[in-house]
Amino acid sequence: MTSRLRPIKKRKGILGGLALVTVLFGLYRSLVVAPPDAYQGEVQRIMYLHLPSILIAYLSYFLVFIGSGLYLWKREKRDDILAYAAAELGVLFTALTIIEGSIWGRPTWGVWWTWDARLTLTAILLLVYVGYLMLRSLIEDENRAATAAAVLGIIGFLDIPLIHMSVYWWRTLHQPPSILRPDKLPWENVHPSMLIALAISFVGFLLLYFYLLSLRYRLGEMRQEIIARRLTRGG
Amino acid sequence: MTLLRQALLLLWKDTLLELRRRDSLLTMFFFGTLLLFVFNFAFDLAPDKIATMAPGLLWLAFLFTGTLGLAQLFQAERENHCLDALLLSPLEGGALFLAKAAFNLILMVLVEIVVIPLFWILFNLRLWNLLPQIFLVTLLGTIGFCVLGTLMSAITLRARARELLLPLVLFPLMIPVILATIRCMEEVLRTGQFGDQVAWLRLLLGFDVIFLTAGVLIFDWVIES
Repeated sequence: MTSRLRPIKKRKGILGGLALVTVLFGLYRSLVVAPPDAYQGEVQRIMYLHLPSILIAYLSYFLVFIGSGLYLWKREKRDDILAYAAAELGVLFTALTIIEGSIWGRPTWGVWWTWDARLTLTAILLLVYVGYLMLRSLIEDENRAATAAAVLGIIGFLDIPLIHMSVYWWRTLHQPPSILRPDKLPWENVHPSMLIALAISFVGFLLLYFYLLSLRYRLGEMRQEIIARRLTRGG
Repeated sequence: MTLLRQALLLLWKDTLLELRRRDSLLTMFFFGTLLLFVFNFAFDLAPDKIATMAPGLLWLAFLFTGTLGLAQLFQAERENHCLDALLLSPLEGGALFLAKAAFNLILMVLVEIVVIPLFWILFNLRLWNLLPQIFLVTLLGTIGFCVLGTLMSAITLRARARELLLPLVLFPLMIPVILATIRCMEEVLRTGQFGDQVAWLRLLLGFDVIFLTAGVLIFDWVIES
């Protein structure tokens, strides 16, 4: 194990450094180079963090689904560790998205929170996966916790399209599209440097995400090793 | 076919147990009725407002009573290692899932058959002719609740504080059902028909089918350990 550790550690360091540089470069492009939004002014710049955050969160939940499915199918511990790590990061990035959105919403709409479809959907996602984490922490037996969580990881992901549909119908059947239109990305009239900033920012977040995921995954592996050693040596 | 036969046998076992003990059904009945009284004190339910508030209140009552039922659902199996005995028998996981979901469905429907008319009487709703539509929506929603609830009840079976954990993991997942049933009922109570809310009925049906299928397919893994 230990002989294998060094190169992995080095690779992780490179990934982390790359993530840091890209995020910083993305920040530079989005805060300095890209022009302020024509309507919203400087506040709009939070979009360069907001959009990557939520995309990463969805990617994370997809990884939870994949890991859960593989675990139920093959019963290999690493798939479960992956699902657990991805779920934690998914919750982190969803929470970040909501916080960034609130900071943006207050000056733009005048409120911290509104029951719009997209906001509601994000909040429900957070609730679902916080439930996932709670479920894991409340079951003592490692294998049982993994199985239960895997089921929730699959069911939760299957439920996302349904939640999505219901929440959108709920807000569109009864209310005409309201103030929320402006935040829709009008691809036709976006300044190219804005798109570049967004793309760099997204790549930076992606690198950061995989860096965090690899750290969190390693943590899960280490926990398994401790459990295994306790089992073999006792105490 | 064996799946259905096994499920029916298990369902019969649970029904027999319930007939002899009457634990779940009685508590659920009483709790559902109690909630109607609590609502009366908590909200100002004037006759002109009641039709708009009825769907939400009814569903709150069903969610809470249903959760009571779900928390008890695997109680008999937990005691005396009966679950292990069941797992040792040549039984398909899907059958156990179907039986448990059906059993909770029966309990909830029995409660609803009493609570909905009682709501109409207590709050002087005059729309008795709309009850069939209300029951149809309620039934579709309750199926979804029982199907997903059985799955969640099974995975929280070995957790600490599982009665608290169950609604925590179940309710966020139930939001499509909650929204769909309440919107449908509102429309029925307001206009007397489903109108363009039929789309919600389709969503409910889709929800039921998706999670029924998923449950039957994965329940073997859910309770294996």
